[in-house]
This record gives sequence, C-alpha cells and structure tokens, in this order.
Amino acid sequence: MIRYLLRRLLQAVFVLWAAYTVSFAILYLLPGDPLEAMATAGGENPVDPAQLAALRHEYGFDQPIIVQYAQGLAHAATGNLGKSVSTGTPVTTMIVQALPQTLQLTSFALLLALVFGVALALAATLARRRWLSQFLLSLPGVGVSIPTFWVGLVLVQIVSFRLRLLPALGNDGFASVILPAITLAIPLGAQIAQVLAKSLQVELAEAYVETAKAKGAGPVRVQLGHALRNAAVPALTVSGLVIGQLLAGSVVVETVFSRDGVGRITAMAVASQNIPLVQGVVLFGALAYVLASLLVDLVNPVLDPRIVRAPARLTGATG
Amino acid sequence: MNKLTTAGVSLLLLGSLAACGGGASGSTDGPPKAGGTLRLAITSDAGCVDPQQTTSNDAIYVSRQLVDSLTDQDPVTGKIVPWLATSWDIADGGKSYTFHLRKGATFSDNTPVDAQAVKENFDNVRNLGAKAALATSYLSGYAGTTVVDPLTAKVTFSKPNAQFLQATSTFSLGLVAKASIAKTSDQRCTGGVIGSGPFVFQSYQPNQQVVLAKRPGYNWGSSLWKRPGAAYLDKIVYSIVPESGVRTGSLQSGQLDAIASVGPQDEPTLRSAGIHIQARPNPGVVFALSANHARPLTGDPVVRQAISAAINRQEVVDTVYTKETKPATSILASTTPDYLNLGAQLKFDAAKAASLLDAAGWKLGPDKIRAKNGVQLQLVTVWFPNLGTNQPALELIQQQLKAAGIGLTLQQRQISQLTAVLKSGNFDLSWGNTTRADPDLLRTSFSTALNNYYKISSPQLETLLQKQAAQIDPAARQQLVAQAQTLIIQQADVIPVVELTTVIGVSPKVHQLNFEASSRLQLHDTWISA
Repeated sequence: MIRYLLRRLLQAVFVLWAAYTVSFAILYLLPGDPLEAMATAGGENPVDPAQLAALRHEYGFDQPIIVQYAQGLAHAATGNLGKSVSTGTPVTTMIVQALPQTLQLTSFALLLALVFGVALALAATLARRRWLSQFLLSLPGVGVSIPTFWVGLVLVQIVSFRLRLLPALGNDGFASVILPAITLAIPLGAQIAQVLAKSLQVELAEAYVETAKAKGAGPVRVQLGHALRNAAVPALTVSGLVIGQLLAGSVVVETVFSRDGVGRITAMAVASQNIPLVQGVVLFGALAYVLASLLVDLVNPVLDPRIVRAPARLTGATG
Repeated sequence: MNKLTTAGVSLLLLGSLAACGGGASGSTDGPPKAGGTLRLAITSDAGCVDPQQTTSNDAIYVSRQLVDSLTDQDPVTGKIVPWLATSWDIADGGKSYTFHLRKGATFSDNTPVDAQAVKENFDNVRNLGAKAALATSYLSGYAGTTVVDPLTAKVTFSKPNAQFLQATSTFSLGLVAKASIAKTSDQRCTGGVIGSGPFVFQSYQPNQQVVLAKRPGYNWGSSLWKRPGAAYLDKIVYSIVPESGVRTGSLQSGQLDAIASVGPQDEPTLRSAGIHIQARPNPGVVFALSANHARPLTGDPVVRQAISAAINRQEVVDTVYTKETKPATSILASTTPDYLNLGAQLKFDAAKAASLLDAAGWKLGPDKIRAKNGVQLQLVTVWFPNLGTNQPALELIQQQLKAAGIGLTLQQRQISQLTAVLKSGNFDLSWGNTTRADPDLLRTSFSTALNNYYKISSPQLETLLQKQAAQIDPAARQQLVAQAQTLIIQQADVIPVVELTTVIGVSPKVHQLNFEASSRLQLHDTWISA
C-alpha cells in the first residue's frame, strides 16, 4: 500500500511539473506582451518604450526565457507563483481568496449532480414500463449536450428577472449560489446518471443478481444492496474526473452569474494575457485534478478490493 | 464565448420584448433628496482603484469619486473652472503655472490639501512610471513644484505646456494624501487611495463589487456642481457584471439602478422598459483608420482621400452602433474643446472616390479590385478587439471600400501587441481611437517628434501641433487646432469614421447621473427619489 501511494505521489509531482512546463511554453510562445496590454489602457494609448522596459525589468520579463523558466519553477515549488501583472497581488493570494467561493459553488453542484444523477439512474433501471425507462435514459444525453452558458442565461432570465425569486449576480449568501450550482450540476449529473445506469444494467444481468433474486430479494433490495455497490466503481471514477469539468464549468458559470471565484480569475487572466496568473490557475487545476484522482484511487479499493492489485488502471494522471 | 452568450441573450430578449410594450415613463426631477444607495453595474474589474494609475473606464467610474482635482472642465463649453484651486496664473509663456488653493479642504484622513500636497503628488507621479502612463504624459517636461506659501503652489516646466491646465482637471492628476503616496503602486491599486473627494473608499471584493461611502463634512467641491458640499448619495455599490444581458435584465428587474456600457442590441429593450438611455460622445480622436505613411499605397494622398470618400459613415453608424452614435465630422470628436466641424469634407461620395482613383491610373481588375503597374490596391488593416463593435464596423467598411475597388485585408491583433504592431509598421491602416478632452491629443498621436507610429511627415502639420502645445491664449490655440484639423482632413492623413459614444442605462428614479468632460461619470450631484 505504501509503495502504491509513493508511486501515485511521484506521478502527481510529474503531472504538476508537466502542467507548469507546458503552460509556460505555450504562454511564452504567444505573441504580445501582458505588461503592454495593461499600460496601453486596453488598446488606446501606445506607451513609451522606455517606461515599458522599466516595467518589464520590474517583473523580470527582460531575463532570458530559460532563466525565467528556472526561477519560476523554483519559486512555484515553494508555493510562490509570482504576482499578477495587472494588480501586483501575489497569484497565490488571489487563488486562495477566490477558492472558498468556487468550493462553495462546485461542492454544492457536485452534491446536486450526485443526488440527481444517482436518483435518475436508479429510477431508469427500476422503471417497470419500458417507455418510461427509455425516456429517463434519454435525459442524460440531453443534459450533457446543452451548453452551460445557455442554461445559465435561461435560468437567470426566468427565475431572477421574471419571477424575481433569486438574485442574478454576486456571491451574497446561499440564495446566490442556487442558480449557478444548478447550472453547473446539469451536465455533471447527466454524466453520472449515464455511466451509473449503464453499469447498473450490466450488473443486473450478472449471475449474482439472479442468485439474490432466487433467494427472494425484491427489486429494490437487489438494486441498492447488491448491484449498486458494484456499479458504483465506474461512476465514482467519473465523479473524480469531473473535478476538471467542475473547474472548467466554473469559468462560464462564474462569469454568467457575476461571481468571484477561480473560474472568473481564469477568464480574466486569459483575456488579459496575465501570464503569472494563467500559470497559477493551470497549476491549481492540475493540483485539484491530481488530488481528486488520488482520492478516487484510494476509495475504489475499499469498494472493490480487487482493484489495488491491478496496476493503476484508473489514474487520471494523463489529463 | 462572449459573442455566443450575447447572441443567446439577444434571442431571449426577443421574447421579453414582445411582453413589455409601453413607452418611457417621464420622471419629474423635483427637489433633490439626500440618502440612499446607488447600485451601479460596471463591466470589468480592472483590479486598480487608484485614479493616478488607472486607465480603464470602469475603474475611472469608481476612482473619479474619491479625489478632487485642482480644476474642473465644463463638459459643455470645455472651459477650465475652479475646484481645489480657486484661481491660477500662467506665466513664462506656459512654462509656469501658479495655483491658489482654497482654504479648509482636507483629505479624508484630515491632513490638509495644501501646496505641499500638490508638490508631493506631482513629484511622485514620475515614480509610478508606465503604471501611470496618462499622468506622466501630462507632466512631460516637468521641472518641479515650488511651495510659495501653504496655499500657493507653482508648477514649472522645461518648455511651454499648454495642455497642462486641462490635465489638472482630470482624474489622472487628482490629488491623494501623503499616506497614499507613501504606499507602493500595487498597494494603492488594491487598497484604494485617500483622496479629498465627496466619497471615500469603503470596500473592494475582487470581481464582485466596490463600495464607496459619502464623506460627511465635505464642504467644498467643483464650481460646476449644483451645490457645493456633501454628496446626496449615502453609498455607491459598483457591481462587476461582465455579461451585457445580465446587466440589462438586472436593471429592468430592479436589481440595479444604473448600468454602464449598454450595447446596441440592448438599447430598444431598455427603452421600452422605461429605462433612460444617456449617451455622450467620448472627446478625443474619433474611431479612425490611421494610414501608415511609410507604405507605398497609403503614403499616397490620393489613395487616402479616395478611401475617405468611399466610406459611408452614416451607414456604418446605422448598422453597427447605438442610435446615439454620430458619424465623425472631424478627426476630433464633437465633444472635444476646439473641435471644428468639417463634416462637409467627410461626406460619402462614391463618384469622387472613383474619379480620384481613375485619374491616378488605378484601373479596375477582373476581381473588382483596382490595380496600377501590376500592384493591387489591397490594404492590410490591423485592429484590436477592445470593443465589440470593431469587427462589424470594419467588415462593413470593407464592403463599402470593395464597391470602390479598394480591398481591405482585415487582421485582428491582440491588445497586448498594440505597441509592437504599431512599431513594426507592418500595416497600411490601423483602426483605433483615443479619449481625452484636450486637443493636444493630436500632437501626442501624430507629432513627428514623438513615437509617430504612422510615419506622418508633414512639416506644416508638425509646426501647427508644436505651436498649439505652447500657445496659452485660448483663442489663438483654437485657431491653430482648427488649422491642424483642416490639414489632417484635407490630406486624409488619418481617416475619421465614427465618434465612440458612451451609453449608460439609468432607472427613472435616479437623477443627475452626469457625464464629466471626458464622458466618464461624476456622481456628486446624483440623487435617488423614493
């Protein structure tokens, strides 16, 4: 078990290093200069080259690329991700400050997605009537394919602007998190429902289910007591992978609902080519991903003791 | 994503349009009432609430309220009038400015607004460097400030600096307390500054909101204000709302009182919901195609004049911009002091464009693009995505010029490449504008003595630009600026197209939400009726 953990930790470090290196390469290959974007008033006034040079020096952007890379990597290893080009605030501080908002949103969304995803899968496989089962099974497909920003705007339009039930913007208490969380939960819940329904169907066709039925277990007991436990493994793995999707979704959702959070910071950083900040959120995303798949890998053997023998077939480390 | 979202909102709003008929409800102003909170949506979080550093409109809407300036500028006449300075003397042909400050004004930490504060502010602007690009350019040639007595400050320059007086009215040279000057530029950005203005900084939550509170005991102010003394509003809450559809819906449903940056697609919806639409052209250099004079095609005045004649400015306005936008009638916008109406020379005239090009030997080729000596009249046009209207406007201009046999190759560049692209000179035409309520902008944009990105080499124009910069007599300066505008339009050195217009949506219960001279917001007089 310890060897297994060590190997996973090494993989995690490798993923973080790769995320840093690839994002560094891409960002520095892009044409344009983030300091200039800031100093030129968003594209109005060309700036004095001498002043710009002084600014580049202040941010260390005048050093050779390889030196910038090595220094940045060394600093990143100690948790120092540099400072935002537009405000001078340390990137780590910005992410740490925005994180609670995003955690609140994404954890509520994940909860909604799990509850409704599992409920839908169970309802679909339990349904006696074939048409009802088919209808319920077709819902996840719809949920996965409708664009998040569209769902968000429709919800805001109806619930907030027409019915005036919930606020359309801000991070002001629980009421303000409901609409964004629903928006974010729909594609995730749909995905969980899809995978779980599929594996439930597979499990229900297994011999042990027949045995259970022969012993007199009712359909609900067969589902919840026997099949669900086995069917949960693929669904749980998917839930681990959705961490990435939650973060990506929060970029759109936090912008549509005018919320602060890591997603909003990402959108802003990309738009203004704020290199240290973009790298910071990329690293943060990689870290969240690594931790989530590590957690899933640790929980899976509990559900299915056969898994730990297999060589890390469920890692999300390639993402 | 943004464009898609906007399209989504437009679709949604089509539905709501049908639902709400009815015209605008006329609101009576009545006597102003003190109290209340103004909830105003801005579009972006520039991450900096220091007026001396910021250049983003959204951030200016906030930071303008925190500081007073030495002078103010009347948005109607363009005249410079008293604010913190009750009077001033200009000497040495524009090399020395002596300001006489009013008694009793204090910063919100109770330190006095005196000559020493003026000196410390101006001395320090240079230390901010590129982070305070506007303020540093206003102080170019700054030699120093002398504290003559506690209420008299003498600012001197190494050469005449006529634009400086107007510059003292801007937010960029708004005064902050010593405690703020002592801070680093980064600390000032996120922590706010201590000013002497009618509002004080209360809180800032990144990407969410900035809150300002009324400063009790404020009993001075700009001579332009309806009454001196404390502001009417108790609080201003600026919400940062990036999606235009959400801004519009929140204003309509009463979750907000006013919104910045109303897009053309949202204007009819808001009007039909009884929202007041307020608009003012931004002073300064209008949105124009700046020709690169170092390139063979655009270096030819005939080609430039033909382009100018082939553009149907009214059609561009009607198709792309808000109803409030006006076609350009000079290189300067109509709200700029010393603007001269040259609209007659900027009329759409397809026949003139054709005859100019025919006479110069540009013959229509088989692909409907003119050519001469085997060279096609195809122009590389660079633009930057700083406004949503840029692309549709340029695509329409491209069609209009195509009809005259002139081809445009549109190339989008990133805002972060602006200076690099202009410096490289790899373009024939460049699309852009600049906002400032002083005609010296013509010099900073087109003088051969400065960056001269467009490689203009007109000694006549240069003389005019230098002379106006040193001319402190308003009437004489106006003459020079008029001549410069005429020359630019005649030679089509730059091809003006439309005036950038600031459009805001305001709930009928909000009164006196006013534009200052640079078409940004001044909220001292603003009040809310129950």
